[in-house]
Amino acid sequence: MAHIDRRPGIRPRPSLGRRLDIIARSCFPGCAVLLLMLLTQVPFGIRGQAELLPAVTLGAVWFWSLARPDTMPPPVVFLIGLLADLMGYVPLGICAFTLLAVHGVAVSLRRFLARHGFALIWSIYSLVAFVASMLIWLLVMLLSFRYFPPDGALFQAVLAIAIYPVIAIPFSAAHRSIADPDRV
Amino acid sequence: MIRLSIQARQALAKLTLPVLVVVSFGVMLLGKADTLLAERARMALADGLAPIYAVLAGPLQDLREAITDGATLWDMRDENLRLRRENEQLRRWQSIALALDAENRRLKAALHWIPDPAASFVTARVVADAGGVYAKAVLLSVGPNHGIKKGEIALDERGLVGRVTEVGERTARVLLITDMNSRIPVILETSRAHAILVGTNGPRPRLMYWPEGTMPQEGERVVTSAEANAFPANLPVGTVHFNSNGTPDVEPAARLQKLEIVRIFDYGLNGVTAPGPQGQAQEQAQSKPTPGRH
Repeated sequence: MAHIDRRPGIRPRPSLGRRLDIIARSCFPGCAVLLLMLLTQVPFGIRGQAELLPAVTLGAVWFWSLARPDTMPPPVVFLIGLLADLMGYVPLGICAFTLLAVHGVAVSLRRFLARHGFALIWSIYSLVAFVASMLIWLLVMLLSFRYFPPDGALFQAVLAIAIYPVIAIPFSAAHRSIADPDRV
Repeated sequence: MIRLSIQARQALAKLTLPVLVVVSFGVMLLGKADTLLAERARMALADGLAPIYAVLAGPLQDLREAITDGATLWDMRDENLRLRRENEQLRRWQSIALALDAENRRLKAALHWIPDPAASFVTARVVADAGGVYAKAVLLSVGPNHGIKKGEIALDERGLVGRVTEVGERTARVLLITDMNSRIPVILETSRAHAILVGTNGPRPRLMYWPEGTMPQEGERVVTSAEANAFPANLPVGTVHFNSNGTPDVEPAARLQKLEIVRIFDYGLNGVTAPGPQGQAQEQAQSKPTPGRH
């Protein structure tokens, strides 16, 4: 376990139950993101529901890449991206690439952002979400050789920014409780 | 589990991100090179998820109905008055329609017209949006052994919805007429001029390539044309509406924003064989039970 390696010292080997608990807790972010992605696909019959999937995925990956990058490693981000490509009917690989880029940005800014509050995290996320939405839009146009009006991408960016607090509040509660592998 | 030194593990951890970025580029190229692979993966995923959506769709629809019921209770009196007026109007139309139908039968009998077989259809529930941000499509939940094929035509109770583009084991994807990739041969009903209906991803598809001199009229009905043998003639598509730029759009007759149940018709068209004479194809569709007509 990566988080144990980081704090050297002699301690008793964790019991099987404890190890299962740690695994379950570190699986939480990935599973929560998958569940959220499935939820966005439920036919609620609201307009603009299509933009919800990329918006939610962007926010969730950003949050967990900042909060617990060891439970949201690049392979998990890649799989989430691939699933978002399949479920969102965009050419394969686009969301995977964009989410990996978002993950990379989040991990590199992690130390800096940890010292600041939610407002700065949200403002930087707004920029990242906007650039990511534009990147998806450009890649979709590039891969399908077709011009798409930017309305969808812009709405997706706005939705991603607006929905971030809605995702971040329950996630930060989970971050301190169920997703924390050090809790006994 | 393979035991690695801490340095090796850290180096690996640093490498995964760039490697996966390269892999995602590879996936983009692969998806471009083999579009069938992506399509198959999508339909497999949709097949897996459709039962969940199908289970959720029922209660969600009940909930929506309960909400609309609650809302209609408020203006029931006005609604009743409106409906009574509409009913009177419709009765007048019904008598006209019956007279025309009788006349049509007489004329057909005089011509020794051979009636065409009725098109078979299956009814399916719309379980999810299948378009994403850059396409307009819906996913239908159809049971196993459904017999739906690509290219079949989807209609709701009011008009044309789209065509089936992908078929899975339990699901089918219908590309809506509003999608960017949708091109439908249509006829303007009063002038009988041919045109092409081009999807824009917006709520109203655009009318293009009508013949010079026959400008589409505001409010004119637009129906499918049998040209290219992709559609039967005379399915209701919508009405012409000029947008603020002065270009003619078509307001779809089908309720594409809130599709719940659609019918998939098999007209036995394959789109490549030589189409029959235009008049025959039009008559053929009139004798068929098309939704929105009765």
